[in-house]
Amino acid sequence: MLKRLFAPCLVLGVVLFAGAPFVIASARYESTMGLIQKIFYFHVPSWFAMFLGVFICGVASAVYLFRRTSASDRLAAAAAELTVLFGAIGLVTGPLWGRKAWGVWWQWDARLTTALVLWMIFVAYLLLRRYGGPGSDRLAAGIGLFGMANAPFVYWSVNIWRTVHPKTSVVPTLPPDMGGALWWCVAAFLMLFGALLAARVRLEEQRVTLDRVYLELDG
Amino acid sequence: MKVLACLLLVSVIGAAAHAAQAVTAGPGSGSSAERAFAYAAGRQPQLAPAGQEEFVPIDELPPEDQLPAAPLLVTGYAFAWLAIFGYLWSIWRRLGHVERELSEVGRFAEDRPRT
Repeated sequence: MLKRLFAPCLVLGVVLFAGAPFVIASARYESTMGLIQKIFYFHVPSWFAMFLGVFICGVASAVYLFRRTSASDRLAAAAAELTVLFGAIGLVTGPLWGRKAWGVWWQWDARLTTALVLWMIFVAYLLLRRYGGPGSDRLAAGIGLFGMANAPFVYWSVNIWRTVHPKTSVVPTLPPDMGGALWWCVAAFLMLFGALLAARVRLEEQRVTLDRVYLELDG
Repeated sequence: MKVLACLLLVSVIGAAAHAAQAVTAGPGSGSSAERAFAYAAGRQPQLAPAGQEEFVPIDELPPEDQLPAAPLLVTGYAFAWLAIFGYLWSIWRRLGHVERELSEVGRFAEDRPRT
């Protein structure tokens, strides 16, 4: 099913991405931040995609731990890579915005710190898969599950603790032009996420097939 | 005396009515005396914003106001584009490498004499 999704997701994602600058330009400026606020239209969608990756990796890791299906292991590994990719985009665009809006590149507040820790959990997942040796797939699955359990804390941190980061009430209260631009970019990022996930799972499947062929040759 | 007091009372009531009308009508309406009365009555008249009295060099602003926003915005967008399409290119390259190796190993397995 993922293989069939690759082409439509890629085409739709590229089209939406190409149209994003025009949609973003049509959205009004925010009153206190001006031009720099337009990073919002890439910053928030990248975190949407990252959280989707976190949940796919977590669920696939849970299925792998309890059922040992290799397809779920491949899906978890692919989703973890995309989690790191989109998390990196969020962690770069955020400080670029913060430098202008807050006057500092970084603050060790609840939202920023927990988001960085969540990203590092999935970097650890990838390092374990790459260098962990035999049995690291199950250990990595445990880390993926732990990462998924952390995600709600990252999301709710701005509402629970006092942070410099805007609260979750911003998105539901956006005016139509700003909300339209945001959801356009969210759709673009999620389409590209789908295309990249399909491609990455295909790569993992081919690697497993190659390993099996080598084992058969040795046997 | 009584006539004077009545005249005074009428003028005060009239002035108050005029002042109320000036305040609700907005800036520019009524005389300066009426605006002064409205202010004295505890209502602030609406004044036009003061013109800029001096030019402030950009390096005297707080740090967050000195930075131009456009380079930061462009850097953010460029990083996102490069990261996503760079990753897509890396998957395409790795997939090509694995599929080439798979076809070579497949050919080797077919050509290998069976024992």
